[in-house]
Amino acid sequence: MKDFNYHSAKDSKEASKLASSSSAFLAGGMTTIPSMKLGLATYKDLIDIKNIKKLSGIKVSGKSVTIGAATKHVEVSNSKDVKKAIPSLSSLAEGIGDPQVRNRGTIGGSIANNDPSADYPSACIALNATIHTNERKIEAAKFFKGMFETALKKGELIEAIEFQIPEKSSYQKHPNPASRYAIVGVYVAKHKGDVNVAVTGAKSCVYNDKEMSKALSGNFSSSSIDGMDLDSSEMNSDMHASADFRANLVVTQAKKAVDAC
Amino acid sequence: MASLVGSRVERKEDKRFLTGKGRYTADINLANQTYAIFVRSPHARASIKKINIDKALKSSGVVSILTGKEIADDKIGGLIAGWAIRSEDGTEMKCPGNPPLAKDNVNFVGDPVAVVIAESLAEAKEAAEKVEVDYKVLKAVTSTADAMDGDTIHEGIDKNLCFDWLLGDRQKVKEAFDKADKVISIDIINNRLIPNAMEPRACVADYNAASEEITLYTTSQNPHLSRLIMSAFGNVAPEHKLRVVAPDVGGGFGSKINVYNEDIVCSWAAKKINRAIKWVAERSESFLTDIHGRDHVTHAELAVTKDGKFLGFKNETIANLGAYARVFGTVTPTYLFGPCATGVYEIPAAYTNVKAVYTNTAPVDAYRGAGRPEATYTIERLVEKASMELGIDKTELRIKNFPTAFPFKQTLVHTVDSGDYVAGMEKAKQMADYKGFEARRRESEAKGKLRGIGVTSYFEACGIAPSAAVMSLGCGVGLWESAEVRFNPTGQVTVYTGSHSHGQSHQTTFAQIAADELGVPIENIDIVHGDTDKGTFGMGTYGSRSLAVGGIAIVNACKKIVEKGKRVTAKMLEANPEDVEFKDGEFIVSKSNKKKTIGEVAFACYLPGVRDEMKSPLPEGDEPGLKETSFYDPSNFSFPAGTHIAEVEIDPETGHVKLEKYTACDDFGRIINPMVVEGQVHGGLAQGIGQALYENAEYDETGQLMTGSYMDYTMPRADNFPEFNIGYTCTHATTNPLGVKGCGEAGAIAAPPTVMNAVIDALGGQEVTMPATAEKVWKACKNLKKSNSKAA
Ligand SMILES: Cc1cc2nc3c(=O)[nH]c(=O)nc-3n(C[C@H](O)[C@H](O)[C@H](O)COP(=O)(O)OP(=O)(O)OC[C@H]3O[C@@H](n4cnc5c(N)ncnc54)[C@H](O)[C@@H]3O)c2cc1C
Repeated sequence: MKDFNYHSAKDSKEASKLASSSSAFLAGGMTTIPSMKLGLATYKDLIDIKNIKKLSGIKVSGKSVTIGAATKHVEVSNSKDVKKAIPSLSSLAEGIGDPQVRNRGTIGGSIANNDPSADYPSACIALNATIHTNERKIEAAKFFKGMFETALKKGELIEAIEFQIPEKSSYQKHPNPASRYAIVGVYVAKHKGDVNVAVTGAKSCVYNDKEMSKALSGNFSSSSIDGMDLDSSEMNSDMHASADFRANLVVTQAKKAVDAC
Repeated sequence: MASLVGSRVERKEDKRFLTGKGRYTADINLANQTYAIFVRSPHARASIKKINIDKALKSSGVVSILTGKEIADDKIGGLIAGWAIRSEDGTEMKCPGNPPLAKDNVNFVGDPVAVVIAESLAEAKEAAEKVEVDYKVLKAVTSTADAMDGDTIHEGIDKNLCFDWLLGDRQKVKEAFDKADKVISIDIINNRLIPNAMEPRACVADYNAASEEITLYTTSQNPHLSRLIMSAFGNVAPEHKLRVVAPDVGGGFGSKINVYNEDIVCSWAAKKINRAIKWVAERSESFLTDIHGRDHVTHAELAVTKDGKFLGFKNETIANLGAYARVFGTVTPTYLFGPCATGVYEIPAAYTNVKAVYTNTAPVDAYRGAGRPEATYTIERLVEKASMELGIDKTELRIKNFPTAFPFKQTLVHTVDSGDYVAGMEKAKQMADYKGFEARRRESEAKGKLRGIGVTSYFEACGIAPSAAVMSLGCGVGLWESAEVRFNPTGQVTVYTGSHSHGQSHQTTFAQIAADELGVPIENIDIVHGDTDKGTFGMGTYGSRSLAVGGIAIVNACKKIVEKGKRVTAKMLEANPEDVEFKDGEFIVSKSNKKKTIGEVAFACYLPGVRDEMKSPLPEGDEPGLKETSFYDPSNFSFPAGTHIAEVEIDPETGHVKLEKYTACDDFGRIINPMVVEGQVHGGLAQGIGQALYENAEYDETGQLMTGSYMDYTMPRADNFPEFNIGYTCTHATTNPLGVKGCGEAGAIAAPPTVMNAVIDALGGQEVTMPATAEKVWKACKNLKKSNSKAA
């Protein structure tokens, strides 16, 4: 690992002021530190944001659950409030990686990183989340741009993620047996007006499957998507799963999610 | 005094390990030490055109940079294969040179070409990045099955073939097959595994310029063997000037048997720079350069009669050695494999043919079970298939072919001294509720799931290796074991064992044995191992040999102590030695109340005269002191055996395999400490189930390791397993005084076929290769659905 400067920011303002084209925010460090150790990334400055009080914590209102960006996965999975308001969100957090990762990794780091097989991006899409940054509010649908790519500008800091509480929801993932990232994860959420079927792991970036959303909006039953033959041409293919297998998993995980709702 | 052998004595080593007081190689820091980083080949096969170290030498903190040229100039020898194998046509096996630092060619990704030694680890890394190696990249050979058709990797080794070995009689097998009603055949792959010990390899080498002695602290399963190889073949230093210490070692599983490049290079370089050198592998280096295990491609056939009697067996295997033949590399796919190929069955005619090939992959060597898992997988998959094709219950078919009497003389090599395979099978069936399976299958079916049950009956030859047996096979050295039992004058005991504990709990189980033999409280017994300065010689630990060989050496040394104690007591108490009995730590003159404790005897042996003795307590011919040594060479292998039964449930929509039940009923002979044995069984099962369902080392066609980290190589975790259902039958080994057999590898041997038989049973007999990943199983489920709908 190359030498770097360590800063601990006391508030969002200081954090974003310190940011440059050769810096990274240090939240859980679960992605940043291994990438640096492996020489895949080098930064001149690491800006620790864990000590910014405002970035941690969970607030629940009648309509939404708002989670501070530096809140750890373990805090979301253990939160009684989240369990009550959106149980699927706490069980998603409980299924991330392993205890060590959950004890350090944060929700903000996860969505800022936008790994194509990360879990939280699917929650953001399915639960019509709003991403609050130090500069603006961004709708989830406009936030996730592509593989490891988001709408964040350099130095822009996520402060909180606000999730809309659905009528019912469930997240079902088929994990990579080694890393436990999603080979395919499907987050189904039934809201008043419509149904979202957010899919992670299958393609280069999380997406809302329009075809399944439509079918389920008409009839919220797994039978309405059973046997659906999805186009696998844009799906990921690697040694852990072929594109065809992923296409199958998208449907089966969606069915499981609907049944579990 | 109650016997400690057989009881659940808590592990003496746990306090140390659980409170962070273990002392592993990486914990050792010496004054003025330097740090080594190895520059490794990024290519699977290439010739080295030029190495430029100029820039790297100028990097800050660099002490020295050494390459293959310097090590060759100093005539330091390379790594070796420990066992000579002869081909069927009588020719000797062909082994390439394997220099500790590659000079002209590199043959796998990770092959070291240079070592950078610097004042700090960071500086060593920084400088290593500046070493410029100019390679001419050549086409790599990576596939086991096709290796013989690939480019020649090592000059002069045609078809990349190390040997083409035969055990058995082809003609007799042909005759048996001619008589058969049916021939069952199978093509299988034994997938390549990466051992993944919790502690990565490491070494710290120190040189004392005055005594000219090198001390090497290293993660080894067998420090004396390492010293011998480094001295006799590596030319690093004469044995008396080389001390090898393997302190606490965090798991080996075979991967730490070998002397590795880094051991030799650091020892040699420490002398060269006259400073201590520390090297600790990063996990990614371990993935690339630790020896790998298994990697066989096999075609096997079983000739049977209609009513299920086995007549003949053949096994044609291609075994991947990787880039070079290492210490146990050549014996693993031959003598540890072939003789076990016929399993627990009476099969009158059999042969095993193994072609061992080189490829541009990490060297393959002994990994937990070494040869026996591959053998067991083959025969047990074949027998399971036979039961399906013959329509005979899988347990009945096995019982039908079990030997009826012991000793059981097998067709190929072994004479199994003891066992009761039927009892093991019956008990396993009961434990697993074999009868209730059909009801459970229907329950799963009602949920839309497929359920399968799989059985394996195995035996293994362990306690390696009796010299006479090994020599009669013509494959080199026998492996005895040594023990030294030393009393202090005040009665505590130190036992040096030449075997080595890297998770096996010797500190506890060996102390239990010595406590029983000597009648000394277990708190007063220390087990010492792992240091060539502390004992004469030892062969180390692998092949489930520690207890069955090393433990017996301890018993024998203790018996010598007791014999001397009898003589000394007789002298002290003016009795005949023949009249002295030893029990619970006391020497008693029979038919009298005269006695001496073993502590008193020890004291008298060291300090005669102190207790107002007017004459020496030492009989004529006995020297002072109380210390005895035994070198125990077993008369035969030991043969643990058992039956395992697994049940899986498969979700046909996702291909997910859930291991629902796992039952292991093993015969390990006498059990010294049931808790320790359970730990060994659990660990072995985890690795065996890992092979069946999760683990796989995969190279792409250019020889890059695709599964080079835990993000891609699936190590099983606790939540992958059900609660293991473990039981035992017990027939004592008749070939050693403790009646013990060995338990370290059984789980890894029996679990892969047990689990795969269950998976394949659930899939209606369709073959799936290991590991049975979701996608493979999903595809098989789709085929099943197709063929079922056709049938309907
Ligand atoms: C072994 C392992 C297994 C894992 N398994 C899973 C899994 O199953 N599912 C899953 O979803 N994830 C998984 N992860 C990822 C993990 O959950 C973390 O969420 C992820 O690594 C990033 O979060 P972090 O807090 O550690 O971010 P860091 O590593 O600290 O930062 C990552 C990136 O995000 C940026 N960043 C961080 N916080 C903010 C912010 N508030 N605003 C703007 N930018 C920010 C940083 O600049 C950096 O570029 C795994 C990770 C590991 C190491």
